[in-house]
Amino acid sequence: MVQDIAAMLPAFERHRGNLIPILQAIQERHSYLSGAAMKMVAKHLGIGPGEVYGVATFYNQFRFQPPGRHRIKVCLGTACHVAGGEIILENFERKLGIKDGETTADREYSVERVVCVGCCALAPVALLDDDVLGRMLPSKVEGLFVQFEIERQRQEREKVARESGEQARD
Amino acid sequence: MNKQEIDARFVSIRREAERRAEHRKREAIPTIYIVMSTCGLASGAAETKHAFEEALSHKGIQARIVPVGCLGHCYAEPLVVIDHPASGFPPICYHQVSAGRARVLVGSYLEEGDPVLEYVLGAMERSDLIPSVMDFPRFSLEQRLVMEHCGHIDPDDIYQYIALGGYSALARVLASEPAEIIHLIETSGLRGRGGAGFPTGRKWSLARASETGGNIAICNADEGDPGAYVDRTILESNPHQLLEGLAICAYAVGATQAIVYVRAEYPLAVQTVKRAIRSAKELSLLGPGILGTPFDLEVSVFEGSGAFVCGEETALIRSIEGRRGMPQHRPPYPVEKGLWGRPTVVNNVKTLSSLPSIVQKGGSWFRAIGTASSPGTAVFSVVGNVRHPGLVEIAMGTSLRTLIFDVCGGIPNKKSFKAVQIGGPSGGCLPESFLDTPIDFDSLRQAGAMMGSGGMVVMDEDSCMVDVARYFLDFTQKESCGKCTFCRIGTRHLLNILDRITKGDGRKEDVELLATLSEDIKNGSLCGLGKTAPNPVLTSLRFFLDEYEAHIKEKRCPALKCRSLTAYYIDLEKCARGCEVCVGCCPVEAIFTTRGRKKGIDQKLCVKCGECLVACPREYDAVVKVSPPGLAPIIERPPDEEKSVGGQG
Repeated sequence: MVQDIAAMLPAFERHRGNLIPILQAIQERHSYLSGAAMKMVAKHLGIGPGEVYGVATFYNQFRFQPPGRHRIKVCLGTACHVAGGEIILENFERKLGIKDGETTADREYSVERVVCVGCCALAPVALLDDDVLGRMLPSKVEGLFVQFEIERQRQEREKVARESGEQARD
Repeated sequence: MNKQEIDARFVSIRREAERRAEHRKREAIPTIYIVMSTCGLASGAAETKHAFEEALSHKGIQARIVPVGCLGHCYAEPLVVIDHPASGFPPICYHQVSAGRARVLVGSYLEEGDPVLEYVLGAMERSDLIPSVMDFPRFSLEQRLVMEHCGHIDPDDIYQYIALGGYSALARVLASEPAEIIHLIETSGLRGRGGAGFPTGRKWSLARASETGGNIAICNADEGDPGAYVDRTILESNPHQLLEGLAICAYAVGATQAIVYVRAEYPLAVQTVKRAIRSAKELSLLGPGILGTPFDLEVSVFEGSGAFVCGEETALIRSIEGRRGMPQHRPPYPVEKGLWGRPTVVNNVKTLSSLPSIVQKGGSWFRAIGTASSPGTAVFSVVGNVRHPGLVEIAMGTSLRTLIFDVCGGIPNKKSFKAVQIGGPSGGCLPESFLDTPIDFDSLRQAGAMMGSGGMVVMDEDSCMVDVARYFLDFTQKESCGKCTFCRIGTRHLLNILDRITKGDGRKEDVELLATLSEDIKNGSLCGLGKTAPNPVLTSLRFFLDEYEAHIKEKRCPALKCRSLTAYYIDLEKCARGCEVCVGCCPVEAIFTTRGRKKGIDQKLCVKCGECLVACPREYDAVVKVSPPGLAPIIERPPDEEKSVGGQG
């Protein structure tokens, strides 16, 4: 990752105005900003690392922890709030045993709240990766996890089948 | 460069656009327009498009699929318009076109000529065959200026916009003096659509008068208000109208550099605008030497990183400079000393998108729309408890009642209207007695709300106003940049007080404390965020004081919304023996079977999600929600069951 960022930086002119675009580009590729990455950016732009950290933490877009493989976002815009978005968020939190903004220990799931994804007519809304799940209900959250479990078991079975097949060939 | 030369250049582009439009018409194959903006995609427009493509190739039917932007009718997404000239029907708009409906439409309408009336929303043109959408109040009461072409053209095809008269205003502007354009905008009375309503023409002339030089024009599309998505829709549906407006603005104020500041959370809008800039450059409508004149305009996109306060112009400028987006003292105003110390004009998306039609049709035409002090139209995203949520553009001066009850169809589910929240976190909640307030900058401000960025949330009797105020304070408290003490700490305290009121720990002095603290925050804050953050509290205190008092004195939430103040219980008289529906749906296993084989709720485990209330079969209707929670009768869990649960846990 460090090498990759080192390769990215020369494309950006050493100009203060490029700070946010650089941070965005790094997060786009690596999905979060590590301490090392921010130090490299600081060095490239000739400013203090604290300055970079200060700017990065000011904006909601930047993350400092790697997100889970599946990112669950629960919309808490005005329309979703009125329709009970908080209850949906709580259900995800309870189901995964993590709080808003955290990632599960196996790095499979992360849960975060977002402010308005812009499909208020479908409130309350949650996003699973890029799929929009409209008109959410606590029972739909349950259903989603049953689906995950079935999918996981299927993959495991296939893996076992594949491995045993390979062994048979050997 | 004289007028003839610019005209000659532009006419050749215009001819090409017309030739392409004519060619499409002559081909006479059906055209399927699919709404593919964010809200359409969220409702499944991508699957619909895929289903159309598959069905067309399967049946070997020739048709053109055109992805278009948003029509503003979010309740009916995914929307599809099919223009099938050979069938003899006018273009027809279909609502909620799922993949299945798409396949049916291809088979029945495109193949056999039957327009499948049960899927039809209405015809796009007036005819005797199918009622036209133009006659529905959702369409007829609207007046579209900014959104005129949204949903009718492919945002990625610049020629479609040009064929409808696009960029001709820019060509006309380039042949006039900047001072004439500023005068025209001044006479039109256009006011900034970002919320505050500052006269656009005056802002421009101030920037023009500045002697520093190297002016910059910025389009503010940092729409951070939760619940408003007007700007995003315009960017996604008709980016060229905005870019044309931005070029007009830049020419008038003498800017050679322009920046479109879009939220990074709007990836589709960012991509659409970037593509639009490229295609406009190719036709020399942006970039160096526009249409052969000496006027250069370098347009770039800056992706905002999600800070609500960056909607404020000085904070926005700081963030482009790569700093924390904290508002600055004004004066100096950005029009004197803005981005990189150069005179900077910041205009909202809707302001800039209004410009082309003002240039074409004149200042007095624009002045005739709307009210004397607020000419033009207003675009709102109306959401919440209304039948037809979505984007609505109406003439200024239309009453709230007309907008909510006539245009958007009123409150669904036989509920009654309680309040409308206008202007997002900076706005206020207005009760029923204010429904006849005309929508314009000054009337709304007088009522205690504000135009804001165009978010409007309609609430029915089930919404708790204390909870809504708490929600907005939770938002502004997080978004406060921290510069001013009153805003940073004051909003935090407002939130704490509201939190304890909604949890049933309100104190009797809280109402007064909220009111005085709100006034202090208003007075002690530098920018619009802090100055307006207490508005949701102040308006709800003013109009819904009884709700605050019920929360504080009786520990009761009249709307049964605040979860700490409500409880669910099962009416044993109504509960059916042996029915297990509620047990199955409860996410925390709080429901148990009583000795009489009926159900009870363990209040200690219940998280009050309301699933059981929805799940209980209507013929029993046994789940009851009450406030205060003490009203719920206590049903003891039978001891043997308790043991078995304990064993599981």
